[in-house]
Amino acid sequence: MKQPILAIQNLSAGVEGRQILKGINLSIYPGEMHALMGPNGSGKSTLAGILAGRQGYNITGGEVIYCGKDLLALAPEERAREGVFLAFQYPVEIPGVNSTYFLKAAYNEIRKHRGLPELDAVEFLAFVKEKVKLLELKDDLLKRSVNEDFSGGEKKRNEIFQMAVLAPKFAILDETDSGLDIDALKIVAKGVNTLKHPDNAQLVITHYQRLLNFIVPDFVHVLYDGRIVKSGGKELAIELEEKGYDGIIHGAAVPA
Amino acid sequence: MSTSTETIASLVQGEYKYGFVTDVETDSAPPGLNEDIIRLISHKKNEPEWLLEWRLKTYRHWTTMQAPTWPKVHYPPVNFQDITYYSAPKQRGDAPKSLDEVDPKLLETYEKLGIPLRERERLAGVAVDAVFDSVSVGTTFKKQLGEKGVIFCSFSEAVQEHPDLVRKYLGSVVPSTDNFYAALNSAVFTDGSFCYIPKGVRCPMELSTYFRINAAKSGQFERTLIVADEGSHVSYLEGCTAPMRDENQLHAAVVELIALDNAEIKYSTVQNWYPGDANGKGGIYNFVTKRGLCKGHNSKISWTQVETGSAITWKYPSCVLQGENSVGEFYSVAVTNNYQQADTGTKMIHIGKNTRSTIVSKGISAGHGQNSYRGLVKIQKGAANARNYSQCDSLLIGDQCGAHTFPYIEVKNTSSQVEHEASTSKIGEDQIFYCNSRGISTQDAVNMIVNGYCKEVFKQLPMEFAVEAQKLLGVSLEGSVG
Repeated sequence: MKQPILAIQNLSAGVEGRQILKGINLSIYPGEMHALMGPNGSGKSTLAGILAGRQGYNITGGEVIYCGKDLLALAPEERAREGVFLAFQYPVEIPGVNSTYFLKAAYNEIRKHRGLPELDAVEFLAFVKEKVKLLELKDDLLKRSVNEDFSGGEKKRNEIFQMAVLAPKFAILDETDSGLDIDALKIVAKGVNTLKHPDNAQLVITHYQRLLNFIVPDFVHVLYDGRIVKSGGKELAIELEEKGYDGIIHGAAVPA
Repeated sequence: MSTSTETIASLVQGEYKYGFVTDVETDSAPPGLNEDIIRLISHKKNEPEWLLEWRLKTYRHWTTMQAPTWPKVHYPPVNFQDITYYSAPKQRGDAPKSLDEVDPKLLETYEKLGIPLRERERLAGVAVDAVFDSVSVGTTFKKQLGEKGVIFCSFSEAVQEHPDLVRKYLGSVVPSTDNFYAALNSAVFTDGSFCYIPKGVRCPMELSTYFRINAAKSGQFERTLIVADEGSHVSYLEGCTAPMRDENQLHAAVVELIALDNAEIKYSTVQNWYPGDANGKGGIYNFVTKRGLCKGHNSKISWTQVETGSAITWKYPSCVLQGENSVGEFYSVAVTNNYQQADTGTKMIHIGKNTRSTIVSKGISAGHGQNSYRGLVKIQKGAANARNYSQCDSLLIGDQCGAHTFPYIEVKNTSSQVEHEASTSKIGEDQIFYCNSRGISTQDAVNMIVNGYCKEVFKQLPMEFAVEAQKLLGVSLEGSVG
């Protein structure tokens, strides 16, 4: 039996005075793509944040094992170096910091962590050029500061571009499709699909079924009020589209 | 990235690494200030009568002046009688004829500070005039500069060897009674640098000086005078360090620059005087008067400063744009962390026609630091077609620090154009987390963001010193985001 890349066991968490996640159980094995869907406020972004190491959450119970390691005990930068990647829902701008310089720094941190030699600017640029084509990004984007003056679509494509460069073992895509038109969506989906590999895994968080026409998941989970109330194959997404969250949730057995 | 990560890692213990004291006998005057002390200083330096008179006249005027209280800095009043105004290291015999004759402990000090006095010739192509407390020790590359006719020596030496030049220009940019601290300096200065570039000469190397305040309670009052004759060009770098001390130390320097027709002076400062400990105890008071006179037409004076040290920084490197078509520039990065305070900026005085000035000020506040930019752009009546562009930006790290801006704009000529832009920003937690999520540590993220912010100013520094400036910034901001 293969070891899961990610095993979430009974995870409970919240912010001051409010419980958000109420006992999440989820295992993701190499080569798998899982979709997590749910209405607003169900805890999707909270889960993404906790997995990436965002501050401000109280973990009240459970654990998360990533490749045999206690993920919650690692600092966010350590998680990244271990191969965890979060594609942000709202990527932040960092004025004054050149995009290529930033990405090279990130890339070399991972190389260093694995005991590999770092790439210099010239080598890195050559390596990166083909990924630029994949995400159909304009060359000049790389000369700009991180996300500065990027359109919404460009920011999301930039997230997947970074994912292509950093080649994570486990990628969390937090509502990557929000704010994207159909063309941008297709480009992003193409990028994500190209990066799928039997050794890595993805957790795609989304509201809408539409993305899942292009990024076809192996498993779909429905998150409601901090719990996964239903799991299934890719057909569950279509069922969700037809019945709506209400139909699925109230048809599902809520754990005692 | 690897270089800077290693640098950060090696500096991460956070101790001010220059915090040590050299155990060398000093030949110090008793503390206190009066005419006798001034006569003592002048006598020790074998100065001509005119200079002693200049000092005494200034001292008498100083006793009638009051220390100014308008800056936005707070400090306990300075007791001027409690300071030693002269401290020189004892040396065997008289002045050393070569480095072999210099007290080895002194040379050891310089080695610790990374000053290339013992370097093989032409190590970095930088000539160094090192000042230890109040007396210059050794001068490098004098010979090579001499071939071009460039005079670069200690101020004391200039008084002996080139008294006419000194007399002609001393006090011509900063009159001895200009302000309280300039007057004090004029009365008690003990040494500094003198530089003269002859007509048409482009100085073949960057000129540099390092300073150190050693004995407790010995303020340092250095005096620098740089004269660029017609058509000449010089790039001068000033970098300072000081050891850990409990008592505050006063540093009131005066720097005068004169650029004649078609001449250019580039003056860069990387300053990391002891800033006080994390609780604001100790640290240097840096009260400096720096002024450049663009006397000739088409002349240019450019100030670039990276100020990360001192408990209190109070200085306004300025340009008087007298010559037609003259240009003044001011590029500054000022950092205040822990309990440091800074009230710094510049004055651009436009007098001649078609003059231009550029001001780029980047303030960084962290911890409980208070950072004020104070700038004056003054366009006189006759300054037709004057142009000024000012940009002053503040970056706040954390929520206990402060940034303040006091721009003064006085325009008396209607054909002039003055632009002023200002911005305030924070390093957001989200930005740090974004970097973390890509494998970049918080300290590296802060350095990256701060360096991006300061890029425009660092670009102005001579390359070797741009690297030192980046390192300094890293050390100064250690632990500011955690």
